Amino acid sequence: MTGRPSPQLDVDRLIDDRRTRIIVCCGSGGVGKTTIAAAIGLRAAEHGRHVVVLTVDPARRLAQSMGLTSLDNTPRPVRGVKARARQAGNDAEPGGSLHAMMLDMKRTFDEIVEAHADPDRAAQILANPFYQSLSSSFAGTQEYMAMEKLGQLRRADEWDLIVVDTPPSRSALDFLDAPQRLARFLDGKLLRLLTAPAKVGGRAYLRALNAGFGMVTGVLTKILGTQVLKDVQTFVSALDTMFGGFRERADYTYQLLRAPGTAFLVVAAPEEDALREASYFVERLDTERMPLAGLILNRVQQVPAAHLSAARSLAAAEVLQAALSGNTAKGHAGGDDDAPARQLTIAALQLHADRMTQAAAERRIAGGFTAAHPLVPVAEIPAQAEDVHDLEGLRRIGESFASG
Amino acid sequence: MATRDTDWDGVRLHVVTGKGGTGKTTVAGALALALAADGRRVLLMEVEGRQGIAQLFDVPPLPYAERRIAVGPGTDAHPGGDVFALVADPESALIEYLQMFYGLRHAGSALAKLGVMDFATTIAPGLRDVLLTGKAAEAVRRKDGSRGRTYDAVVMDAPPTGRIGRFLNVSAEVSDLARVGPIRGHADTVQQVIRSPETVVHFVTLLEEMPVQETLDGIAELRTLGGIRPGAVIVNMTRPLALPPRQLQAAAAGKLDQARLAIGLKSAGLDDSHGLAGALAAELAEQARTILGQEEQQQRLDTSDQPCYRLPWVSSGIDLAGLYRLAWALREQKAA
Repeated sequence: MTGRPSPQLDVDRLIDDRRTRIIVCCGSGGVGKTTIAAAIGLRAAEHGRHVVVLTVDPARRLAQSMGLTSLDNTPRPVRGVKARARQAGNDAEPGGSLHAMMLDMKRTFDEIVEAHADPDRAAQILANPFYQSLSSSFAGTQEYMAMEKLGQLRRADEWDLIVVDTPPSRSALDFLDAPQRLARFLDGKLLRLLTAPAKVGGRAYLRALNAGFGMVTGVLTKILGTQVLKDVQTFVSALDTMFGGFRERADYTYQLLRAPGTAFLVVAAPEEDALREASYFVERLDTERMPLAGLILNRVQQVPAAHLSAARSLAAAEVLQAALSGNTAKGHAGGDDDAPARQLTIAALQLHADRMTQAAAERRIAGGFTAAHPLVPVAEIPAQAEDVHDLEGLRRIGESFASG
Repeated sequence: MATRDTDWDGVRLHVVTGKGGTGKTTVAGALALALAADGRRVLLMEVEGRQGIAQLFDVPPLPYAERRIAVGPGTDAHPGGDVFALVADPESALIEYLQMFYGLRHAGSALAKLGVMDFATTIAPGLRDVLLTGKAAEAVRRKDGSRGRTYDAVVMDAPPTGRIGRFLNVSAEVSDLARVGPIRGHADTVQQVIRSPETVVHFVTLLEEMPVQETLDGIAELRTLGGIRPGAVIVNMTRPLALPPRQLQAAAAGKLDQARLAIGLKSAGLDDSHGLAGALAAELAEQARTILGQEEQQQRLDTSDQPCYRLPWVSSGIDLAGLYRLAWALREQKAA
């Protein structure tokens, strides 16, 4: 066995606690993070919180499930949020609200530039080819801008709970590292030395380095061509007033993530890759002293007839199969009244055996995680038979969060 | 070498993409094995630094070097061929590029230590991609004196569907930045390979709303790029249910004849006292609803008019045996 069971993650207590201001859903791609974030947002709203869900996933169906034709860079109200009836009493809890938005990273980047540079300079930056690539396809820009948006929403203070769904990164850790990397890059000495060596030429130690940098620019010219370097140079001189600012902003959101009131939920499916990523993430959050609330194990196989083992189920299916073929061989197929019942039962038993095997594999894989992280609370969300189409579907997922 | 009639005769570069969670790496691995049957030599390449291939084939982490990791399934006529693996990262590819074109061996590694390589591959967004696709193109074109092309096929475990168009359309991306530089010339050579009939892009999907939508969007996107060929749609993790259509409908509606199930269980010698028939009926109902939803998604996929293969769900999880099973399934469907 896998040792003692993990503590139960109480998502309801987390969202009912008014001190919880930010919930970050993270995990590798394809584990259902966005849906979980939306389900948490809806449930919190129906528990009376004023919630905004920030997603980076352009899933149209999800937008539709919240009654929105599409999501954009501005929080839009979601209709159909119900107030939850008080457990004991007659009156419903004071109603909450739900807004949803999708990150537009280029727009968000543009807004930072517009806010920090005078109009002429801003226009110059926005038109720069290098800036355009940087703001739309640079690895890490999306993560940086997601964090930037989170900071903006927090400062706006219009919502008492922000639920963020992190970008579908190569690795879940990118979400923590990429903003810093972009900030370091934009504010970095290398970028400035490369593009404006004259400015720093006066200092002796830099003079010594200059020879080295001559080689560096030489190689970069070989790789990139002179035009790119020229674009970068123009970009950097236009951006001059903003230097330092990127680092500061990244630091601000990083601190926000550490502050009391922030809770991380690591989302994973019961699969090797997803749980490996989840493990890395849990360990990293611990190192960074960031507040981990727990693991949401999504899409866990439920087996209603769990008391019938896979082996017995398959054996029984074989018995029936033998009976069927026996009768067919004797030419009794037409007269065998039980044949349809047997066929149906074989299908049911084979499916059941398959699900039992899968459930066992999932338990084994999840057991690897819980054995390594016995103190991390876990909440399981049953696999849904169908895709989520509407608020009702999100609500059903939310019901798995019910306390106790 | 025996030539079988497959759907992709003449294709040498198989780019495999898919939404996260669809099993893209697993399918790329199975395809590489399938292609390596009949004594062929195949290179399986990954470009996202996740060491997914090493985990899949249960070998230690792989370096930036071509290593033999598996043998393709043999047939009566031929022993299985070799599958090599390569983990390509942009930094190493750049150093290699500088060595090849400028003889900058030492400068390259010195600059790497200074972080300049990282800087260069970050500063020009398309550069990263052109270096990675460039490595694949080089492997496709590489020749071995005696045997012609070094590899009969190259399989690339590519970035996810959402990024695949931009990843492959590097020529356009890079030319935005480098209007003249040597990278531009390199990118053009790479594009000749990517846009030739020797290259196709396969989409791995599940029969669920979002992966199917991304697959259709991805195929549509490639078609607008001109010359980049969508290949097969590979539906992963399919689980057929042995029920005739009428019963499937009834099961999905929760109207299955439980009495019948009870009779069947009794004749199999199973005790129904714990409500077994009811619980099994519930399992059938859930699965039937899933399957009906999947059929809807399959119809949407069919509108893409690309060849479609189906791979079975392996309930015990994917290990080497499971991988070979998927490889056979691909061969049987003439994917390789």
